[in-house]
Amino acid sequence: MPTTSLSLTETPLLAGILRRADDALILGHRLSEWCGHAPMLEEDIALANIALDCVGQARSFYAYAAEVAGGGLTEDDFAYRREAGQYRNCLLVEQPNGDFAGTIVRQVLFSAFNDPYYRALTGSRDATLAAIAAKAEKETAYHLRHSGEWLIRLGDGTDESHARARTALDELWPYTGELFEVDAAEAALIEAGTLPDPRSLRAGFDATLDHILSEATLTRPAGGWMQSGGRAGRHSEHLGFILADLQYLQRAHPGATW
Amino acid sequence: MYTQALNAKENPSPLGGPEDAQAAARFQARIDAEERIEPNDWMPEAYRRTLTRQISQHAHSEIVGMLPEGNWITRAPTLKRKAALLAKVQDEAGHGLYLYSAAETLGTSREELVDQLLAGRAKYSSIFNYPTLTWADIGAIGWLVDGAAIMNQIPLCRCSYGPYARAMIRVCKEESFHQRQGYEIMLTLCRGTPEQKAMAQDALNRWWWPCLMMFGPPDAESQHSDQSAKWKIKRFSNDELRQKFVDATVPQGQYLGLTFPDPDLAYDEAAGHWRYGAIDWEEFKQVLAGNGPCNRQRMKQRRDAHAAGAWVREAALAHAEKRARRAAAADALPQAA
Repeated sequence: MPTTSLSLTETPLLAGILRRADDALILGHRLSEWCGHAPMLEEDIALANIALDCVGQARSFYAYAAEVAGGGLTEDDFAYRREAGQYRNCLLVEQPNGDFAGTIVRQVLFSAFNDPYYRALTGSRDATLAAIAAKAEKETAYHLRHSGEWLIRLGDGTDESHARARTALDELWPYTGELFEVDAAEAALIEAGTLPDPRSLRAGFDATLDHILSEATLTRPAGGWMQSGGRAGRHSEHLGFILADLQYLQRAHPGATW
Repeated sequence: MYTQALNAKENPSPLGGPEDAQAAARFQARIDAEERIEPNDWMPEAYRRTLTRQISQHAHSEIVGMLPEGNWITRAPTLKRKAALLAKVQDEAGHGLYLYSAAETLGTSREELVDQLLAGRAKYSSIFNYPTLTWADIGAIGWLVDGAAIMNQIPLCRCSYGPYARAMIRVCKEESFHQRQGYEIMLTLCRGTPEQKAMAQDALNRWWWPCLMMFGPPDAESQHSDQSAKWKIKRFSNDELRQKFVDATVPQGQYLGLTFPDPDLAYDEAAGHWRYGAIDWEEFKQVLAGNGPCNRQRMKQRRDAHAAGAWVREAALAHAEKRARRAAAADALPQAA
């Protein structure tokens, strides 16, 4: 593998695949940071399990991206040889773990979108994407259930856990708008039946969230200003540090086989 | 809170008289006949204590062992390696959970055992007090540390205490997979660039002697072995297991083209064994005494995680109680017409 970062011509299809892949990889990376440090052993296992699902989903999408991009690229080229500005994940998944409430709220917000998104993607006209989604949606259903149950425990637990969940929800809420954005590349793919239209999933997202939040004795924050930019490569400062860890060995030993 | 009420101990005799001696004789006869002892069976208190200590130390080792390996999950060099390492560390957590459960069948709760670890009253394997400095350490841990663990644990699959023996069967299957994975990492590094091979050699240099220490002090100085052998908890001595490990591992290292950091390592044709040089038992003592390179760091990480998670565990309990109260209140309501 050469030393330089990848130079990619992003067709709409490639951009669409990389957005899904990068969401999964970066969220998996964040979740894997918990390994060995969770509030209880069961949660060490559960968070590692969700992280593993995410990394697995990312690998499937990257493998397809490599096929679409051609030129002998591999899944690792996409993960290890792109600069932060070439990453296409949403800002939500790169946000730091925070306390356990922060991680759980981030997971609920992402899964409440991603689970129905994958389910809709099973109907894609692109057979590969449909197949990846068919495998992944069983996993994301669990991610939503697990994180949703935890949010209910935290919200309807002690005063402290309620306050922490409330704070996390307020802090992460501005990153939810981006999940439903559609740019020109995305619109072309929606038009072609390759990707689902995220805007059509908004009502379901709100309903899922309201159901969980009401059990958790929490309320959905009011609209407010929404952050944006991840899909176009304008990230928060956090992503650079994630990639510094993630890519370190590949960057330090260019061309080596591991 | 996690302990099941399996152990209403039938106090044999308050006076420790003839009944006690008879029960002990019956117990030993069962052990000699290779029967498995189960949680509800009568057992000598010393047997219970020995096993509780051994199984909980084993569980603690799995949990502390997650830290040095977890250290490299975010930096794994390929996505495949990342997934494998994450799955491996998750397996260790699973082993810990499994082993705490086995220990609980002897009457001590997981909280109590974890408290012992965090308070520094319980031990865990000395090996996890060494740092993972490069990616090759992940290969070396799999190959050598898991390799040594398997040598120790395979005989435990026939341990006289049923829950521990059964746990070990599953644990050993996973450990042997981890060992092959670790060796494959080493093989890839040794076939790689000169820098990668140097990384592998450096890892072997650092991990070899601490791995030999994993089997514990030499037989002449071991405190627990005699009674444990009689109870069929331990079927091979520390030195026997160490020799088995060296014999199995040296040819593997030679195949990798690596050099063991022991100038005295030589094959004894007559005996059919690899003879190794003197182990620095002072280093082992120091690591057990808390002076290894990472003892304080590992314990701090465990204590910090436990403390940071306290509010989460309290919330889960509080919520469970609220739910139970609401369910009880709903049951108490008169049926609507």
